[in-house]
Amino acid sequence: MSDPPLVPRPEALVRAVRVGKRFGETEVLRDVDLSVQPGEVLAIIGPSGSGKTTLLRCIAHLEHPTSGHVEIAGERVGAVLDRGHLRPMSDREIARLRQGIGMVFQRFNLFPHLTAIENVMLGPVQVLRRHRSEAEPLARELLRKVGLAHKADSYPERLSGGQQQRVAIARSLAMQPRLMLFDEATSALDPELIGEVLAVMRDLARDGMTMLVVTHEMGFAEDVADRVVFMDHGRVVEEGPPRELFRAPSHARTQAFLRAVIDRQAMAEAP
Amino acid sequence: MSGWGRIWDALPLLLSGAMTTIEITAGGFLIAVALGLLAGALLGARSRAVRAAARVYTDVFRAVPVLTQLFILYFGLVEVGVRLEPLQAAILGFGINGGAYLAEVFRAGLLSVHHGQTEAAQMLGMTRLAVLRIVVLPQAMRIVLPSLANYAIGLLKDSTLASAVAAPELMFLARKLVDRTFLGPQIYFSVAVIYLAMSLPLARLSRLAEARAGRGRR
Amino acid sequence: MSWNILADSMPQLLQAALSTLQMTGLAFLIAAVLGLPLALARMGPGLPGVLALGYIETMRGVPQLALLFLIYFGLVPLGIALRAFDAAVIGLGLSGAAYLAEVYRAGVQGVEPGQIEAAQMIGMRRRAVLRHVVLPQAWPAVLPPMGNYLVALLKDTSIASIISAPELMLRARDLSSEYFLPMDYYLLVGGMYLVMAWPLMQGTRMLERRAARGRLQGEVR
Ligand SMILES: Nc1ncnc2c1ncn2[C@@H]1O[C@H](COP(=O)(O)OP(=O)(O)OP(=O)(O)O)[C@@H](O)[C@H]1O
Ligand SMILES: [Mg+2]
Repeated sequence: MSDPPLVPRPEALVRAVRVGKRFGETEVLRDVDLSVQPGEVLAIIGPSGSGKTTLLRCIAHLEHPTSGHVEIAGERVGAVLDRGHLRPMSDREIARLRQGIGMVFQRFNLFPHLTAIENVMLGPVQVLRRHRSEAEPLARELLRKVGLAHKADSYPERLSGGQQQRVAIARSLAMQPRLMLFDEATSALDPELIGEVLAVMRDLARDGMTMLVVTHEMGFAEDVADRVVFMDHGRVVEEGPPRELFRAPSHARTQAFLRAVIDRQAMAEAP
Repeated sequence: MSGWGRIWDALPLLLSGAMTTIEITAGGFLIAVALGLLAGALLGARSRAVRAAARVYTDVFRAVPVLTQLFILYFGLVEVGVRLEPLQAAILGFGINGGAYLAEVFRAGLLSVHHGQTEAAQMLGMTRLAVLRIVVLPQAMRIVLPSLANYAIGLLKDSTLASAVAAPELMFLARKLVDRTFLGPQIYFSVAVIYLAMSLPLARLSRLAEARAGRGRR
Repeated sequence: MSWNILADSMPQLLQAALSTLQMTGLAFLIAAVLGLPLALARMGPGLPGVLALGYIETMRGVPQLALLFLIYFGLVPLGIALRAFDAAVIGLGLSGAAYLAEVYRAGVQGVEPGQIEAAQMIGMRRRAVLRHVVLPQAWPAVLPPMGNYLVALLKDTSIASIISAPELMLRARDLSSEYFLPMDYYLLVGGMYLVMAWPLMQGTRMLERRAARGRLQGEVR
């Protein structure tokens, strides 16, 4: 973007400020500015390798920006002001920060040695130090919410991909996060299983959760997102309300990307 | 053959030796597991220097015979004024030596847990140590269990070497008995049978663990 | 001062290290050769299979030191008196054969049964299948554990000192009690074992890496 970055509104829950990231020689993110308001659903779209995952991981501090920084609720991710100096966060401080952020991975990453409900209870019991008798009803309620009350005692290997991903969402929600990050939560799923996961995400958005959603599901982005960001080559090329961005993209790159996606979907849907 | 009847008289002594053998095996095993876990985790530490130190420990102690290590502890330390009891030297020696072996075993076990799970656990707000303890170790343990059982069997047998530092274990007492009674074949045969009897439960355990690990794999 | 004594002992220690290497080599030979028929018997049916299994399990359960005692002292009343060195070679070799037999078996059984059937279906005989299909694949898998065994054997020869077989550890014990320098001698000898074992360990690690790569390639194809 050639325009100067918008002056971020102070109430932003997430702010990325000129975030840059390079892996050795390759520059993966270049001066990315982004802000997400509380309760907002932001969809991030863009071609493969454009840096969407890396951006999300920088926000979660699973990756550390090489320039710029991320703030969550005004708190700088990965560094704290200590007697006038910025110092790296301790392991414990990072852990505290992440308690408030839920992340849903493309490959679910459920704990295979625990049942569905044990997966959901693990955070509250081990991290929040809740008593099991308190954590279990909450976990059951969350499993019910994602439509898996009947699978509470199943191990992940006994669940379909869509079911595993819904357990993973419930696991994140059990920490009562104020922000949820989704990294292509449905790309590892068979087509017929995508709907059930998107439905859960839709419910979550309706309940007012602040969400950052990296997705290739344009229909979902258009319906659910308040704002869509298009990334390419590590930059934010364009952003705006979904209707405007999908109907009338102003950049040639965005147009080309959307056309390719629509073609592919049309092809997939053709008999 | 004459002499087989007299084995019965020797049995109480041999069994008390077997108890010491179990003591050495169990003590050495516990130290080995603790050290192996520590060194195994440190082999993957973020700091280069720490990794190198762990690597030196595992490589050096695996390249030197455990008998030599026992001698250094029992005879060698005397030269610098440290006098260990035979049993102490044996347990410590086997523990340190075994730690170097088990480090690799634990390392492989830890690596077998997919990294995505670590990240998922970190996103639940766990510290690195908590991730290791709560998510990674329980799964690694299941993979490592057969190797641990096999190691215990090996240790049970190697504990005979403690006789060379005068620890009153089965082999040591057997040799004394042979010197006194000249019933070599009978006594050594009985000793072999006692070792076999002690290792059989461990072997069973190891097969059980192997079967379980095989089943639990995804 | 003690440096001089140690330096003066070096020729003796090196001589003894040579004996250690000899003992290792001979025992390895026995184990590697004897392990083969043992493995074949173990995989086969009938009485030989049972006997092989019994032998392997017994060797697995009995300490090597007990075995050495049995062979060295235990056979004397039966009129069999071996030199300590020979008793050690035989004892280590016999127990090693049981170990290597299992290594061979694991290597052979690691080859997919489907491949053997496929080879038989194109008309290959049993021997030809073994030679052209099974062994070329089992070999890379068998080498690393054989290397590990060789390292373990090299160190285990130290046990032979307990039955007074002339090798490195025994020489160190004699010298250290002669000059009362146990720490110095045992550290020195530990270093000598390290020097002998190190190249073997590195070589084995290399074989392991290569075997792992081979498996990976096999999967890709
Ligand atoms: N750990 C890493 N080391 C080196 N390069 C990396 C690493 N992680 C990502 N990259 C590179 O960074 C670029 C952006 O990757 P990223 O995963 O963020 O893209 P993406 O937009 O999420 O793509 P996709 O849609 O395929 O998931 C890619 O070129 C990738 O190869
Ligand atoms: Mg991605």
